Amino acid sequence: MEIPAMVGAGLIVIGAGLGIGRIGGSAMDAIARQPEATNKIQTAMLIAAALIEGIGFAALFAV
Amino acid sequence: MQLKKSIFALVVSLLFIQSASFASSSEEGNPGTDLKAEIKQDIQHHLMDAHDFHLFSDKETGAHYGFPLPVILWDNGLQVFMSSKFHHGESVAEVNGNYYVVNHGKIYKTDESGTLEFDESHHALNEKPFDFSITKNVFSIIVISLFIFWIFSSMAKSYKNDLAPTGAAKFLEPLVIFVRDEIARPNIGEKHYRKYMSYLLTVFFFIWIVNLFGLTPLGINITGNIAVTFALAILTFIITQATAKGEYWKHIFWMPGVPVPMKFVLAPIELLGVFIKPFALMIRLFANISAGHIVLMSLIGLLFVFNNWFARGAFLGLTFFLSMIELLVAFLQAYIFTMLTALYFGSAVAEHEEHH
Repeated sequence: MEIPAMVGAGLIVIGAGLGIGRIGGSAMDAIARQPEATNKIQTAMLIAAALIEGIGFAALFAV
Repeated sequence: MQLKKSIFALVVSLLFIQSASFASSSEEGNPGTDLKAEIKQDIQHHLMDAHDFHLFSDKETGAHYGFPLPVILWDNGLQVFMSSKFHHGESVAEVNGNYYVVNHGKIYKTDESGTLEFDESHHALNEKPFDFSITKNVFSIIVISLFIFWIFSSMAKSYKNDLAPTGAAKFLEPLVIFVRDEIARPNIGEKHYRKYMSYLLTVFFFIWIVNLFGLTPLGINITGNIAVTFALAILTFIITQATAKGEYWKHIFWMPGVPVPMKFVLAPIELLGVFIKPFALMIRLFANISAGHIVLMSLIGLLFVFNNWFARGAFLGLTFFLSMIELLVAFLQAYIFTMLTALYFGSAVAEHEEHH
């Protein structure tokens, strides 16, 4: 495990965190606007979050 | 009411066993580098597969509690023996004139005194026989599969007399309906979803129940093993490719609705995507579960590193909170795996007449 790799992994995790935060925030907005579509929004949110999360984990395991 | 009581009793007893199994390390008294190294080693051991089912050890007497599992090796013929011959990895096993030793969870061929040669990065260089052992993970998968089979066959039987759910069906029927109506139907489509239901339900309940068992103090880590998630992902991959219709292949090799030069650019990307999708499935489940186990075990370890009761109380609360989160994650990962699997099946059977 080398320092540049660790810093890179940290940067990717920050990016993934920002991304998931944005997805969650947008989903909140969308649900507030259209409470009747909660189920569909939640599903789409989870899928998008899972896809980003995969990148975060890939970075962590590459270290 | 009785079910509620028995569940409560189960939870309390599990908590008790969990604290008891870690109590041995707290009696050391001096929290220092030894303890930290020990916790680190415990976590690493937990994440790896093992040849015996080890529950806990008594530090004072040096006794190990658990039971041995059969070791099956292919080394110029079949070699079958119980893992108790290794004495928890502490001694050399002699079988039919061959000598074997365990190093970091892997079995190596060795000589009478158990010498191992290492390279610079401490990887053993000795010859490795083909290992088909019933390891801890394999044993747990067999037991949990039998448990799932028993629950669901009793559930199926209960519908023969009465269509209203009784017993286990009361709890499981909403989940089965959930997989059908929230996962399969919207993603695969009304026309084709039926033939995928058996696989989706199997994968959902297998991952979920295995994840839940991973949170008990039995210390099994099945979905946190990349070989298991690899097998699950490869099943999804094979089923997707085998049931794909012409439309699916057309969208990979000759994307409709884009200019011809773009089709040549998109084809290799789409082809790569076919393999990246199951790869991501594999990594996601493996990484989530093993990360959860590492964090949870580290927090439990911190309880013994700190020597003051205020910090211990705080970490106990944190551990409890994280355990609850892990309960959610156990379900969420089963859901996401099933969901994405359904999405891939949906793309395999989709008929895109309405656009382009």
